[in-house]
Amino acid sequence: MNRQRRLSILLHTAAVGVGTAIAAPFVLMIIASVSPQSNLISRPLKWIPDTLYLERYQAIFSGGPNSVGASFRAAFLNTIVVATGTVIIAMVVGVLGAYAFARLRFRFRRGFLMIFLATYMLPQIALLIPLYLMLNSMNLLDTRLGLILVDTSLVIPFTLWILSNYFATIPEELEEAALIDGCTRMGALFRVVLPSAKPGIFAALMFSFLLAWDEFMYALIFTSSDASKTLTVSISEFAGRYTTDFGLVATGGILAALPPVIIAVIFQRYIVSGMAAGAVKG
Amino acid sequence: MSTAKTGSATTETARMRPAKRRRENQGRLAFWLLLPASVAVFGVIVYPILRTLLISFFEVTSVLAVDTPFVGFANYLSALSDSGFWSAMGRTLYFTLTSTALELVLGLGLASLLSAPLKFRWLFRAVVVLPWAVPTIVSAAMWKGIFNAEYGALNAVLFQFGLIDSYHAWLGDPALALNMVILADVWKTTPLVAFFLLAGLSSIPKELYEAARLDRAGWVRIFRSIVLPLLVPSIAIVVVLRTVEAFKVFDIVYGMTRGGPANGTQTIAYYTYVTAFSDQNYGVGSALSYLIVVVILLLSAVYLRTLRRSGMSAL
Repeated sequence: MNRQRRLSILLHTAAVGVGTAIAAPFVLMIIASVSPQSNLISRPLKWIPDTLYLERYQAIFSGGPNSVGASFRAAFLNTIVVATGTVIIAMVVGVLGAYAFARLRFRFRRGFLMIFLATYMLPQIALLIPLYLMLNSMNLLDTRLGLILVDTSLVIPFTLWILSNYFATIPEELEEAALIDGCTRMGALFRVVLPSAKPGIFAALMFSFLLAWDEFMYALIFTSSDASKTLTVSISEFAGRYTTDFGLVATGGILAALPPVIIAVIFQRYIVSGMAAGAVKG
Repeated sequence: MSTAKTGSATTETARMRPAKRRRENQGRLAFWLLLPASVAVFGVIVYPILRTLLISFFEVTSVLAVDTPFVGFANYLSALSDSGFWSAMGRTLYFTLTSTALELVLGLGLASLLSAPLKFRWLFRAVVVLPWAVPTIVSAAMWKGIFNAEYGALNAVLFQFGLIDSYHAWLGDPALALNMVILADVWKTTPLVAFFLLAGLSSIPKELYEAARLDRAGWVRIFRSIVLPLLVPSIAIVVVLRTVEAFKVFDIVYGMTRGGPANGTQTIAYYTYVTAFSDQNYGVGSALSYLIVVVILLLSAVYLRTLRRSGMSAL
């Protein structure tokens, strides 16, 4: 018993240490975003700000037209639209395709899945120039729709992979009962498979949302104005322009990180159950 | 895995034999179900892949160039004979091997800690998931601020603890900067690796641990004889995924250093980006992107082979 308690104390100490180390840079960024500029450039560095300085948040939330704030808010809205659109398409298309991969027998099934997964090996940069010309000829440059189209091509292989692995773990008998009762394949997918695939669906949702929110290179090349520029581009411009104002960059960074962080914290308990199947079956 | 599959396949054929038509319908249904995904993915990438391959054989020095002479393999040769290419390749290999190795080792440790019986385990998991959720560009800007030579928190903390006697320009020296970028990448990606391995760990039956403990096996022995061999499939996937991703690394370099100082953090994707977009040499840029694909394919094949040879036989 004594030995077990010692082990438990050791584990908890390790967890606290590791957790602190992981969280520290992010906490520093939060502190920097609410510290007055004079604190940030003082030596020795003031770790605890003199006052709670919220003017940067205010500037971002209420800056008038043509201000940093207005541009940031536009980028935020663009990112929400692009990420949501991408996730919806990738999930719908992914559920249908994953069901085929997990349940149906057809020629080249494995090979076809491998081709989808192999697209992951293509560097985005290899596609940039022709994609630019394609989007240009379809008048989709600097539009959210154009960005959604190219982003879904990145995300779909992941949703297919996670979902088909998860669907494969659901007992086929459940579905067969439904089929015998006169349910169509599609009916069985929506009434039997999907309700029992929640962990896999949540894992895929979270994965695709983080991927879409994080996407940078396509947005960098294919967007140029507030009409479609996303947060990642906006933050990198921030960091390039306000090199001496880490506080402002940190404020933008915190706000840009907030939605994916919230989603990840809410859905984290599904990651393991949702991906456990994928890890084994590959 | 393979036994389960053959098992279900034989029962499947036994059941399906009287209804051969249904199997044909399955093929058609699969076609319709996969059509949207195929259009959405291949509709976007097939034409660009072929077009880039084509461009790589021509001299194209502007997006709207009219005069684009066919040059055969000249773009590939000029890429391969450029010393900038080889140093970018070397840096990328260093980045890939170092970051993947660190992420795997730290990820294994973190995964065991994540699976340990902790109070407030949800809180610990929520903290661990944080770096993964933070967008790469945001984490790059964050680390750039922390490593800042004059006001950065790293200098401040090391100086105030007396570990350094003067402030360092962490991103000012080419070799050091590359290691700092690796550090930032490790912070960002280890959680993802850990959660992935945790998923593998959680599928190991509890009875195995109990049996081993009854046999008085120590935890080193348990790790080596049970955990590691059963985790090999997960490790294989993680290593391949991370290698591919690390080899394509761009965002974090763009955000932290823009390839500098003195090209010290210029990875191959960044080098390609500069060649194509800053130098407007699209022909060579396209050739370079195909070289990246070739190296990624080679690396993945080598990894999969070694892992299969060393690990799968233990299963």
